[in-house]
Amino acid sequence: MRFLRNFLDKQERHFNKGGKLEKLYYLYEALDAFMYTQGKVTRSGSHIRDAIDLKRMMLMVVYALVPTVIMALYNTGYQANLALSKLGQAAGEGWRNTVITFLGLGYDPASVVDNMIHGALYFFPVYIITLAAGGFWEVVFATIRKHEIQEGFFVTSLLFPLILPPDIPWWQVVLGISFGVVIGKEVFGGVGMNILNPALTARAFLFFAYPAQISGDKVWVAVDGYSRATPLAEFADTAMTVSASWMDSFIGLIPGSMGETSTLACLIGAVFLIATGVGSWRIMLSVLVGMVGTSLLFNLIGSSTNPMFQVTPLWHLVMGGFAFGAVYMATDPVSAAMTDKGRYIYGLLIGVLVILIRVVNPAFPEGMMLAILFMNVFAPIIDRIFINSNIKRRLIRNVS
Amino acid sequence: MLEHYLSLFVKSIFIENMALAFFLGMCTFLAVSKRVETAIGLGIAVVVVQGITMPVNNLIYHNVLKEGALSWIGLANVDLSFLGLVTYIGVIASMVQILEMTLDKFVPKLYNSLGIFLPLITVNCAILGGSLFMVEREYNFAESVTFGFGSGAGFALAVIALAGIREKLRYSNIPVGLRGLGITFITTGLMAIAFMLFSGIQL
Repeated sequence: MRFLRNFLDKQERHFNKGGKLEKLYYLYEALDAFMYTQGKVTRSGSHIRDAIDLKRMMLMVVYALVPTVIMALYNTGYQANLALSKLGQAAGEGWRNTVITFLGLGYDPASVVDNMIHGALYFFPVYIITLAAGGFWEVVFATIRKHEIQEGFFVTSLLFPLILPPDIPWWQVVLGISFGVVIGKEVFGGVGMNILNPALTARAFLFFAYPAQISGDKVWVAVDGYSRATPLAEFADTAMTVSASWMDSFIGLIPGSMGETSTLACLIGAVFLIATGVGSWRIMLSVLVGMVGTSLLFNLIGSSTNPMFQVTPLWHLVMGGFAFGAVYMATDPVSAAMTDKGRYIYGLLIGVLVILIRVVNPAFPEGMMLAILFMNVFAPIIDRIFINSNIKRRLIRNVS
Repeated sequence: MLEHYLSLFVKSIFIENMALAFFLGMCTFLAVSKRVETAIGLGIAVVVVQGITMPVNNLIYHNVLKEGALSWIGLANVDLSFLGLVTYIGVIASMVQILEMTLDKFVPKLYNSLGIFLPLITVNCAILGGSLFMVEREYNFAESVTFGFGSGAGFALAVIALAGIREKLRYSNIPVGLRGLGITFITTGLMAIAFMLFSGIQL
């Protein structure tokens, strides 16, 4: 490793001011920080309690996402293999089949390894494309705007593939992440200055621009010609029966976006985020409370024509992107409310809106993504109300 | 019956938001959203003016302008609806003037806090647009009152949210070329995406 350090140090002069590669300093800096940590270290004891910085915080989120990634790999492969065996096909098609036969594996839905590999062949191409396309924009903006490439992008680039269906065309992945990174984040000045969650912005853009590839019942299983709706869609349509058990939905063995299906994996991530203090438990709790309250209210009102009124809170918890959104998306420290009291309101309204949209909006049964975006828009106002009331309270206290 | 008006009210605030679903009244929306206080002032002014002018225009439309509306003075074949646009904007301008004078005389505090916004929203497209929607959808009087207050509240909600975001954006390092109105346009677009949450709801 000494060799690498020496090499980087030797190259540094080219990138410093006046060097011939001065323009690319940010690229060098990013590589250096990625391989080693920053060179600047305080010499004497400084008075900080905990050296938590953006890098550590973002990496914590990445670690917290590991369970969902594992479930994404397993479930994507499992759903595809299940569909293949139902269709009576012995093997898949295209380059994935070549890779799988090369590895000497099969398409057995009962085999963990088969499922993992098949899922990986869907997940990792999307992930790598996201990294490449989003990373390109990060580098362009960092070079032109002379700021550093920040670790925040690792979170966005991991969240984005997890909320996409497995069959998403790759050019749409490029378009989506480009929109999310450029319009959702970089035009506002980069990490920490955006108003909406970049990954959600990207997904919302794809959802409204190309609804055919990201909604309906054809896209959730990665096998052509096989359609299986998500439990949410099955609940919403009286003509369909719910084909998954609650336990399957909880563990995540249902069709859906790659990483969203498993509530169990999201819960593990939630425990990790709360334990490390990175994710706000206030938001997660209040989203849950809002969801349970509203769905109980709808249960109580009842409806003869709309079956969604009867869905219990337990089912709402495990369906669609609710758990994933509540744990990883709503708690985004940049776009969420910042004040503690504001977080309760913010989370509560997300929970209420999700159920409202799931129940009354036939256009899209899945409302988590847009509910979070909607509340992101109002987060600054919520914060402002609480900050101002705090200022007023303290003014009164100090005057008297 | 009450349900009908409630759903119309909710619809005019969220689903058919004047600013973020129809993009009406953009000039005031973008210009008067730098600070939350002023945005709140503008929001209240829009609610009040919208809530007053729309029912008045409704009365005029149904009793004077509509085809056959003049039958009460014996002119059953007269159709004055081509005068609609001129009449509505005239009504809006005069209503705003009257409102301004009344507030100045009786509630000077509110008048001072509203300040320039009252005359400004005379030319707000959201106000005229509201009246035109009212005619097109053939609302009756009670519906026009509901729709007036609802669409005004929707506009107020949107402009206050935008002002909150813009106050937060003051700490952002936005590219030089986009500072000011540029980023506000982008923000408005992103807000409209978020408001599409409600698109498609049938009430």
